[in-house]
Amino acid sequence: MLKKIVFLLFVTSFACFNTVFAAESGGMPQLNPEFWISQIFWLIITFGILFIVLTKVILPKISDNLETRKSQILENIETADKQKEESQKKIDEYEKIILDSKLKAKSYFNEAREKILDDINKKRAALEKDLDEEISEVEKELSDLKQKSGEKINKIAAETSAELIKELIGEEVNSSSIAAIVEDQSKINRERKDV
Amino acid sequence: MYQFNVYRIGPEIKLGAVDISFTNASLFMVISSLAILIIFNLGAKKKTLIPDKLQLLSELSYSFVAKMISDTAGSKAKPYFSFIFSLFMFVLFCNMFGMIPYAFTVTSHIIVTFVLAAFIFIGVTIIGFMKHGLGYLKLFVPSGVPMVLLPLIVVIEIISYLSRPISLSVRLFANMMAGHTMMKVFGGFVISLGIVGGWLPLSFSVALTGLEILVAFLQAYVFAILTCIYLNDALNLHH
Repeated sequence: MLKKIVFLLFVTSFACFNTVFAAESGGMPQLNPEFWISQIFWLIITFGILFIVLTKVILPKISDNLETRKSQILENIETADKQKEESQKKIDEYEKIILDSKLKAKSYFNEAREKILDDINKKRAALEKDLDEEISEVEKELSDLKQKSGEKINKIAAETSAELIKELIGEEVNSSSIAAIVEDQSKINRERKDV
Repeated sequence: MYQFNVYRIGPEIKLGAVDISFTNASLFMVISSLAILIIFNLGAKKKTLIPDKLQLLSELSYSFVAKMISDTAGSKAKPYFSFIFSLFMFVLFCNMFGMIPYAFTVTSHIIVTFVLAAFIFIGVTIIGFMKHGLGYLKLFVPSGVPMVLLPLIVVIEIISYLSRPISLSVRLFANMMAGHTMMKVFGGFVISLGIVGGWLPLSFSVALTGLEILVAFLQAYVFAILTCIYLNDALNLHH
């Protein structure tokens, strides 16, 4: 069935082909030289005008346009790079400033601490010195007093014993000998105390 | 073959004895050129950093052709950029306008493609001789060929060089004509088979239209890239 249809198609098409081409005689119009010169003439004119206008007017414009776009893009990339570099520099600067200020703050703090500590130490030293002086003065006074009090006690003891002896015996005893005895006694007392 | 007929539009113009009347072929040459100029002029007029559609189109075509030339012919071919750009665009637009129904395909005429190819051939030969003097003839003597084979090789090289304009022109002309003829034949089948069997050739016709648009672009590209290769031979002379 399919074969039959295809065969029929071919037969009819061949018939059509023949009738189509039988109607036109004289072969290919391309080989008819009647209008050859005219075609060459108009080809030269149209192609010549096309070539000249394209070369002189249109193509330079397109090439200019492409060039400017290229340079513009390159320029933009360059400026972007430059700005990136600048911003990097600024960031570096900023970080450096922050680091510096941190260090400065630390050093200020340390300085202040040192100063205060120094001050405290100085004041304490002065105070201690004053105290020491006062203490030593007091001690000296005390020892002076002690010594003086011993002598005074001896004197009083001598006087009292002289009075006592005078009252008891009714006779005047040499005061210097009494004083010597009291002195000896007090010395002995003191030694005993010391031991 | 009615679609390939050339007929006069308007009055007959005679320059001396030769007939240079305005024909439908001339009309489509003018239309193609004008379309190229209008599209690219609009595309080049605005100069924004971010292109709009037409600007993008023109800039992409510019860099496409520029890349094609620098890939095949190197940096020495830069002065010929505008010629190859015009050539590529002209052939491309003529091919593409030919795809519109009832339109005339300029490049389906051997005389048009032959004039273009012959101009390229002569130009490339002149450039070659200007750049290298008689040294350009070394193109016909490839290096590293045994002495015994040399006479044969030189003859073959000369023949292949001289057949360049013919191969270049016939390639474009034959492709365009064959494509349009094939579409015409399938269109004829649609009519003759009618509503019953016409669907099959109709679908072929649709597919062929897509193929022909591809061929229209491809042949323009091939035409331009072969020009670049010939130019490369003339400029760089290494075989």
